[in-house]
Amino acid sequence: MRGCWRSSRGRSRANAVTARLRIASLRSQLAGPFDLSLAAGECIAVSGASGSGKSLFLRMIADLDPNHGEVFLDGRERHSFHPPAWRRQVAYSAAEPGWWSERVADHFPGEAMSFARATAPRIGLDPALLDGPVLGPSTGERQRMALLRVLALNAPVLLLDEPTGSLDQEAARQVEAVLAGRLAAGDSIILVSHSPEQAARLGHRRLTMAAGRFVA
Amino acid sequence: MTQHVILLTPRDLAVAAVLIVLDAALSLLLRLGLHWQLGWAAVRMVVQLVLIGFVLRFVFALGSPLATLAVVLVMVAIASREVAARPEQRLGRLGNYTVGASAVAFATFLTAILALTTAIRPQPWYDPRYAVPLAGIVLGNVLNGGSLALDSLLGGVVRERPAIEARLALGATFAQAMRGLIRASVRRALLPIINQMSAAGVVTLPGIMTGQILAGMDPLEAAKYQILLIFLLSGGSGLAAVTVVYLAAMRLTDDRQRLRVDRLKAKAKGVAS
Repeated sequence: MRGCWRSSRGRSRANAVTARLRIASLRSQLAGPFDLSLAAGECIAVSGASGSGKSLFLRMIADLDPNHGEVFLDGRERHSFHPPAWRRQVAYSAAEPGWWSERVADHFPGEAMSFARATAPRIGLDPALLDGPVLGPSTGERQRMALLRVLALNAPVLLLDEPTGSLDQEAARQVEAVLAGRLAAGDSIILVSHSPEQAARLGHRRLTMAAGRFVA
Repeated sequence: MTQHVILLTPRDLAVAAVLIVLDAALSLLLRLGLHWQLGWAAVRMVVQLVLIGFVLRFVFALGSPLATLAVVLVMVAIASREVAARPEQRLGRLGNYTVGASAVAFATFLTAILALTTAIRPQPWYDPRYAVPLAGIVLGNVLNGGSLALDSLLGGVVRERPAIEARLALGATFAQAMRGLIRASVRRALLPIINQMSAAGVVTLPGIMTGQILAGMDPLEAAKYQILLIFLLSGGSGLAAVTVVYLAAMRLTDDRQRLRVDRLKAKAKGVAS
């Protein structure tokens, strides 16, 4: 897959030296091309019908699916990162989060656990759940635990796929407050959301996807 | 050592075959509908074994290393095909076959040659009388271990894709993300041989030992042979399982440490997806 690496094409374009994340001609057989610039502290909300390519878009940025094109983090091209290092900086959380162990605690190594314990109450989550099994809690509780998991990385860019999809209004607002805190601290978010209200509350810009492209 | 061998005559076999006829009669009586299947399988078994008896007699008489190698290679090819064909999931570009053949050949040759040059030491070491049956019994276990490991890994990758990708997305390396599944696949491949070792002599009298005792060998000598063979079989299974799992895992990723489930296809028969 080395073939998809092309150096600094389009560096002159968008001249956004300060862009936190810059996406140039990102595409796969299923979606794209996408061009986008995301500033530090900015949230772009992406909406669109199911199957329009929103998740594919996030997965391509995180480099989880084969793709072409370039993505820069603070001006540094993605392929100059070790892939795991890239994904720790540009962290993706799936709409249906996967769990690789029966115990919740196994998903929070070291520092992540103290972060999760401290942050859980702020999103209406009982910290005791973090010591239990993955399969006990409700879908909404698991979704918030998955969010804690990705927030614990302290990544400068978060790619969140429906982070409040199975939450009630109140919990969703609490999650939004935590995300807004991250934005205020200078982190950037690309948020896929089905809720226009949420997109309006969090998104500095709103994009709509249809058939694997952004539509005006 | 073999002076007590009781040679069987065709009449002896015919007497034993009465048991099959009895089974067939029971099937007819109880309307189980199994008599034709049973009879056909029995005929096949007799023809196959008599044929292989002739082939082996011929190869033993030749005593040529090339003929021995050819026979072993044919056996390796058949076992590799079985390993490749077992899983529901197929690696693209005939990956199952490449993975199966590499692992089976590696595990079998390493185990068999080690045994022939250290423990059993026939003269010459490639004497077909020892090399062919040894390769055969090692292959049987390598086949089991390899196919269980491959089936478990490929099936597991499809089933556990969200969990593996969640790890990758959180910055784990591909090796870290796959560790649990790799361990589970090797474990599953080794369970039969572990069971066999713990049951050996207590629950079952292993086949080789039974055969040697029937062929007139002292039970303790037969036991020693069986111990040696079980070590070889465990070694072969383990090597095959580990090789299969790592070779297959390597084909499921790329230079960006992605999980490439797109390289897997479900067996043509079950086009459920």
